Amino acid sequence: MPRTITLVTPLTDQDVEALEIGDTVLVNGVIYTARDAAHKRLVDLLAAGQPLPVDLRGQIMFYVGPSPARPGRVIGAAGPTTSYRMDPYAPQLLALGLKAMIGKGKRAPEVIAAMQTYKAVYLGAIGGAGALISQAIQEAEIVAYEDLGPEAIRRLVVENLPTIVINDCRGNDLYELGMQQYAQD
Amino acid sequence: MREIDVKDITAAVKEAAIAANHELGEDLLHALAHGQATEESPTGREVFRLLLENARIARENRIPICQDCGLAVVFVDLGQDVHLVGGHLNDAIQAGVRQGYEEGYLRKSLCHPLTRKNTGDNTPAVIYTTIVPGDRVKLTVVPKGGGSENMSRVHMLRPAAGLAGIKAKVVETVREAGANPCPPIIVGVGIGGTFEQAALLAKKALLREVGSKNPDPELAALEEEFLTLVNKTGIGPAGLGGRLTALAVHINMMPCHIASLPVAVNIQCHASRHKEVIL
Ligand code: SF4
Repeated sequence: MPRTITLVTPLTDQDVEALEIGDTVLVNGVIYTARDAAHKRLVDLLAAGQPLPVDLRGQIMFYVGPSPARPGRVIGAAGPTTSYRMDPYAPQLLALGLKAMIGKGKRAPEVIAAMQTYKAVYLGAIGGAGALISQAIQEAEIVAYEDLGPEAIRRLVVENLPTIVINDCRGNDLYELGMQQYAQD
Repeated sequence: MREIDVKDITAAVKEAAIAANHELGEDLLHALAHGQATEESPTGREVFRLLLENARIARENRIPICQDCGLAVVFVDLGQDVHLVGGHLNDAIQAGVRQGYEEGYLRKSLCHPLTRKNTGDNTPAVIYTTIVPGDRVKLTVVPKGGGSENMSRVHMLRPAAGLAGIKAKVVETVREAGANPCPPIIVGVGIGGTFEQAALLAKKALLREVGSKNPDPELAALEEEFLTLVNKTGIGPAGLGGRLTALAVHINMMPCHIASLPVAVNIQCHASRHKEVIL
C-alpha cells in the first residue's frame, strides 16, 4: 500500500532508510536547485580542490531551471528536468552527503549504486507540471552562479512539494517495476 | 497583391508565444480528461488529474504550463499574393519571439552549443517558410521542449526493413525514452523523403489535432496499430507504469529514394503547445 511521508530537510540516514519505492514524499524546508551548467561548475570546483558554494550534507537537490517570476511572485513554473544529464556528476555529490535528488526519468546504474553506497534516494516529480509544482515554493533566492540565469543555483523553501520515491537506497527502481507491471507482449 | 506590414507579424508571433505557453489546446485537455477516465493504473489516473490541474493553474494564474518554455519553432505559410512591407520576414519573427519571451516571463532556453552560454532572449527561433496559394499568412508558433526533443530519432533504414522495421524503430524509440520525455506523449512519425525531410514530416505530424483521424485511411489504420504497440510498453503516465504511454501517434508519409527508407520519430510531451494565427 503506497504511503505518504512528510519530510523536512536536512535529511538523516534514518529518513532515507525508511523510504520505499512508490512512497509519496511531501518535501518541506530548504532545498537547492541545480541543472547541467551548475553541476559542471560544482564538479570542476571539486576537481580543483575548492570548497562548494553550498554545503550539501543532508540536502536535497532539485533538478530544475524555473521560468522567471512575474512581479510580486516568488517564482515561475518549476517542474523537474530530465535527470540522466546529471548522472555523470551525481555520484560525486552523493559522496559529499547529498541525501536526495528530485528530477524525472531513469538514472544510470552508477548513480543507483552510489545511492546504495552513500544512503540516498531519487525522488520523481511529475514532468511538465511546472505550474502546479510552483505552488509549493514559498521562497526562492539565488545563492550561486547568477550569470547562469535559469541554471543558477537557487535556495528554495518548499512546503509539501509532491514527489514519489523512484529509487530507494536499496537499489529498487519504480520505473522498472511500474513498466513491468503494465507491459504486454 | 495584399500588403501586410511585418510589424503585424512580430505582434502575432509575440502573442502566440505567450498564449501557447499558458493555454493548452482543447484537444489536449480533452485527451487528458479521457486519460483520467480510462487509465487502468490508479497512479496513472492521479497523474492525469494533476496534469489537468496544472493546465488550469497555468491558464488562470498566468504561469507557464512548463518551465521549459521551449525553443520556438515557427511555421509560416506565406500566401504568394502577399506583399510584405516594413522589413524582413525572418527579422520580424525573431523580434516577436524576443518580445514574447521577455514580456511573457517565459524561460529563455537557448545557448551556444559549445560554450553553453545562453543567448539571452530565446532567439534564434527555427523558422520554416512555405509559399502557398492565396493572400494570407498563417503563423504557427510551437515552443518545443528539450526533454522530448532529446528523445527523438532519425533512422535511415534499409528498404528491406519494410513496415516491420518501421514499427520496431517507433516502439524502440518510445521504450528507450521511458519517463524522460514526460509521458503521456504524442508520437510524430515521418516516413520517406530525405534525411531532413523525414524529421520535418514527423514534426509537422505533431501539429495535427489530437483525436483527429488521418485523412489517408491507410495511415489512419497504421496510426491505430502503432498506438496500440506503443501503449503495450507499459511506461504509462509520468513513466510510473500504465496503459497510456502515448495519447496519439500521427504519421506523415511521402515518397523516398529507391535506395532509402528514412524514418523519423519526433516525441512530443503532454505539454504539446502550439498556437496558430492567420493574418
Ligand atoms: S519534455 Fe515537455 S513537459 Fe517535460 S519538461 Fe520538457 S517541455 Fe516540459
